Amino acid sequence: MTELLEPRAMGRDLVRRDGVRKVRGTATYAFETPVESPAFCHPLQATVARGRITAVDTTAAEALDGVLAVVTHENAERLASTDDAELAVLQSPEVAFRGQPIGVVVAETSELARQAADLVRVTYDEQPHDSVLSADRGDLYAPEKVNPGYDTDTVQGDVDAELAASAVRVEQTYATAMVHNNPLEPHASTALWDAADGGKLTLWDSTQGVHPDRKAVCSLFGLDLERVQVVCPYVGGGFGSKGTPHANVVLVAMAARALPGRAVKLALTRQQMFTMAGYRTPTIQRMQLGADRDGRIRALALDVVEQTSRIKEFAEQTGVPARMMYTAAARRTTHRLAALDVPVPSWFRAPGECPGMFGPEVAMDELAHALGMDPVELRIRNEPDRDPETGQPWSSRHLVECLREGAERFGWAGRDPRPGVRREDGWLVGTGMASSVYPTMRQAQSTATVRFEDGRYVVEIGAADLGTGAWTVLPQIAADALDADVDDVEVRIGDTRYPIASVAGGSSGTNTWGSAIVEAARQFRGKFGRRPEDGDEAQGSVDQAATDDEHATYAFGAQFVEARVHADTGEVRVPRLLGVFACGRIVNPRTARSQFIGGMTMGLSMALHENSAWDARIGQVANHDLAEYHVTVNADVGDVQAHWIDEHDPYVNAMGIKGIGEIGIVGTAAAVVNAVFHATGVRVRHLPVTLDKILPGLP
Amino acid sequence: MKPFAYARPSDVAEAVREVAAEPNAVFLGGGTNLVDHLKLGVARPDLVVDVRTLTSREITDTGDGGLLVGAAVSNSELAADRRVRERWPVLTQALLAGANGQLRNLATVGGNPLQRTRCVYFQDVTTACNKRAPGSGCSAIGGYTRYHAILGASEQCIATHPSDMAVALTALDAVVHTEGPRGARTIPFGELHRLPGDDPSRDTVLEHGELVTAVELPPLEMARRSTYRKVRDRASYAFALVSVAAAVDLADDGTVRDARVALGGVAHTPWRATRAEEVLRGRRLTDDTARAAAEAELADAVPQPGIDGGNAFKVPLVARTLTAALRILTGREG
Amino acid sequence: MPGTDRAMDADIRLRVDGELHELTVDTRTTLLDLLRERLGNTSPKKGCDHGQCGACTVLLDGERALLCLALAVSHDGAEITTADGLAPEGELHPVQQAFLDHDAFQCGYCTPGQVCSAVGVLSEVDRGWPSHATRDLTAAPELSTDEVSERMSGNLCRCAAYAHITPAVQQAGGAR
Repeated sequence: MTELLEPRAMGRDLVRRDGVRKVRGTATYAFETPVESPAFCHPLQATVARGRITAVDTTAAEALDGVLAVVTHENAERLASTDDAELAVLQSPEVAFRGQPIGVVVAETSELARQAADLVRVTYDEQPHDSVLSADRGDLYAPEKVNPGYDTDTVQGDVDAELAASAVRVEQTYATAMVHNNPLEPHASTALWDAADGGKLTLWDSTQGVHPDRKAVCSLFGLDLERVQVVCPYVGGGFGSKGTPHANVVLVAMAARALPGRAVKLALTRQQMFTMAGYRTPTIQRMQLGADRDGRIRALALDVVEQTSRIKEFAEQTGVPARMMYTAAARRTTHRLAALDVPVPSWFRAPGECPGMFGPEVAMDELAHALGMDPVELRIRNEPDRDPETGQPWSSRHLVECLREGAERFGWAGRDPRPGVRREDGWLVGTGMASSVYPTMRQAQSTATVRFEDGRYVVEIGAADLGTGAWTVLPQIAADALDADVDDVEVRIGDTRYPIASVAGGSSGTNTWGSAIVEAARQFRGKFGRRPEDGDEAQGSVDQAATDDEHATYAFGAQFVEARVHADTGEVRVPRLLGVFACGRIVNPRTARSQFIGGMTMGLSMALHENSAWDARIGQVANHDLAEYHVTVNADVGDVQAHWIDEHDPYVNAMGIKGIGEIGIVGTAAAVVNAVFHATGVRVRHLPVTLDKILPGLP
Repeated sequence: MKPFAYARPSDVAEAVREVAAEPNAVFLGGGTNLVDHLKLGVARPDLVVDVRTLTSREITDTGDGGLLVGAAVSNSELAADRRVRERWPVLTQALLAGANGQLRNLATVGGNPLQRTRCVYFQDVTTACNKRAPGSGCSAIGGYTRYHAILGASEQCIATHPSDMAVALTALDAVVHTEGPRGARTIPFGELHRLPGDDPSRDTVLEHGELVTAVELPPLEMARRSTYRKVRDRASYAFALVSVAAAVDLADDGTVRDARVALGGVAHTPWRATRAEEVLRGRRLTDDTARAAAEAELADAVPQPGIDGGNAFKVPLVARTLTAALRILTGREG
Repeated sequence: MPGTDRAMDADIRLRVDGELHELTVDTRTTLLDLLRERLGNTSPKKGCDHGQCGACTVLLDGERALLCLALAVSHDGAEITTADGLAPEGELHPVQQAFLDHDAFQCGYCTPGQVCSAVGVLSEVDRGWPSHATRDLTAAPELSTDEVSERMSGNLCRCAAYAHITPAVQQAGGAR
């Protein structure tokens, strides 16, 4: 148990410190870094899905006036490490997926770079490729672990026996679509290689973590840490796709090293982001749920099939939330992968929990319907008093409170459970709900410095703000840790000049960095007391992943949705989304609310729109731009409300906070599907919920 | 992007001469489609002739109750025109259902009907496409066909025409005024676009160097009771899966004296639904009438199989969207 | 090659955020790349480069427009106002203030485009322009939630601040 900080600055509704720069457009993102006479890069991409490059003709490109370099596997520098096959670009003529980078052109202007890229002629020895995911492939395999280190399979009790003994069973297959993160700011960098004194690389990169980014670059190029500086004050959205460097970072660094002393810029095109920047695997979820007449779950099984690339494994932990969400007498979760000739999947907001709370939460709705029981009540009835997987007590678990408060705020009481019976002005109306969960995680390594400077406290830590609010909330934490006025605290982030900080991922940033800041403040006050002198400085670190190993630490939530389906056309509208969350203390209600509603709305987007239509004949996403790959627009969104309950958790960290960046997207899509069922009687089990799936069931 | 020369002639005649004289020249209007295609490598002209400020930016009364709309009028200006809003609401609605406000401010009346298909393979120069590269094949057949044709397609091409405005203009019997190497002419809007047949590279009947100078809206009293119903995959800023432009002239007893119906998202052209109009005439506007009209129009429909189930859903969707549109015109729900 | 006797660049004049620029540009250069890569004005953002996201929205000769699909050479003499030019340094335009008040953004990348779009929306509503959400095309449109949401739908926000953007625009509209 931890003595929690007294919240004075924490909990205040402070305006974003970077707000003025953002509304004027003067916040500088990676590509925009002002440098002297930059050169511009354009990547070359493979146009076959599998094969080997037999020839590259760069003559015409190189002959263009203003072209500075054409780097391909034939002349690229050899990387020091090729362990990560996604990043080991231009090291061989092998092609592992269509769109894989096979070169980069550098020119005086962006127009020239693109023109020259068009002029490079590549011939291939094309080989048959295979990119069709299905649950009945013969070559599915069990990965050793699933991201980031969970067991691949778990079994508790005799699932088959409990299922057979169940009065009511739901056995269905659910599927989530391949989806792409698509932050509005593309993956982009400015890079400068200064060859003097053995060389130094300055990389202004759009990344969720300057330190992990630097570490990866140093490993790839065989450089000592002090030879690379990564700078990133602002990130134009990441959603996991900038959590680890992708091939574009290797290309821009190679380009910079090919042109010492000349800054180079590289931004992926939107189309390129569908091949090089990661994505969420499609998932196939075979769900078995058996319960007694009173709704108590006897058997719960989730068998997940998903894909990874042939050259690099990423195993999304889709089955993980089913291990701890509800009680069950017997339980099984499994993950099987198909390694295909496809781009490399990676993190996408709430990997595991987001897809993994789709199938089970729709199945719970189906079970409630089969039982004739209210779906809120069904969940309450299966509330576990300890973590069903580990047997540990919860550090805090207030799912039931979220469900009850959500039902109250939403007006759930008295809901007529019959599907397809409410019609207003030509629209069929329904409501649905689902639970949310996200683990509370702290990374094992972060350090902060506190220094007294000109009468103010300066806190330095190489953290990242991807719009999450770190620029604003870290000063609030530091102020309370130092017992100082928040206006007297300046926090500097986004640069490897500042002490090491973990990646902004797994909703762990504020937890991890805040813990380091609290420790640094403690050290500072311990050394210098309350009357420090100019220049006084102290550091503090976190060096373990959790303060407490005894408890299961999670945030919970409940999501409620109203859906309207046009009785003629099947168009779906969602006029209301309401979420109630239990996420420990909220550091800044203003930025937290934006995190929650942003996550929920992205969940709506997943529910209704997002679908990377995979063309297995050619091995690429067919709808690879923002006109054809739909994300929600403003008109799709109605009343979106996020609420939270006051939750006191003395086990998670000194701030009493849990992560909030990802839980909003968890469960939303299931709630939408459940509301569409209630509106129409049509159960869509395969995301997204598009009108073609509803039309056959409409009157 | 391939380099190109740029010319800004001083009048339409000179612009026509410039393009006509250069086989690989194109006109530039608002640029919202051409610049997109220049970047993609779909358009690779040697010469771009800028007509953005050459044609008229006026909307004038023709004296007979119609309007003559200059080709340089922006989509926004046309949509906002009081006369259009009152007399041809289907046109205002169609314009406002297309793109976004920023694009509508740039896009011109002359250019909008000439925008090219959104077929994802047409836009991707690394794939086969008979429209972009004649003879290379059609990647769309058996591929991602959600936005593709169910009417009038060929074995060479199953693309659809993307303009919403053009669907309304087709229903309204608009007339296109052009100036070309062989002089000025007018083309009934329903004859501007062509089916793909064996030559999908040509979207319209316009000759090389022929410039749209104006669009004429003839008087059509029944258009006061008209609507544009667009069904798409999100609530705004998306191309149509299916759309219906409809106008009806109703007798006092509720029977249809006359009707105009055009469909979007179903063919290589904005699709004038003459068979449906025929069914509607003389009948009362009920859901059954609407379904019968759609059935008649879709008698020859050929859905395309493909990724995520293909586009067979468009057949019932057309009928349902027509039903919804006609309900709006009779003041019923929806 | 046909057409090679013609120049592949051209001289243009532009006024950007009040400042006059006289430049020679490649005919291929868009206004967006010109501002971002040559003039150092990175307030308009590049999110898609194909008219599909709205991040490069500015006021072009007074109307909201996308810079990524506008060739610089075709806009000789144009006047451009970016989000950074909406108010003098140290001050904010009412739309910008409303975005701060409502926390109508997170990462900030789409924000300058949202802000410019909103300024355009308010002007269009003032002039009585209808939208897809307008029920009565002959009446003056109001700044209802539906109207604002529809009119702002050409600006994607991947952080999905939409539920805060709409009231921000309404607030700024009411403050005029």
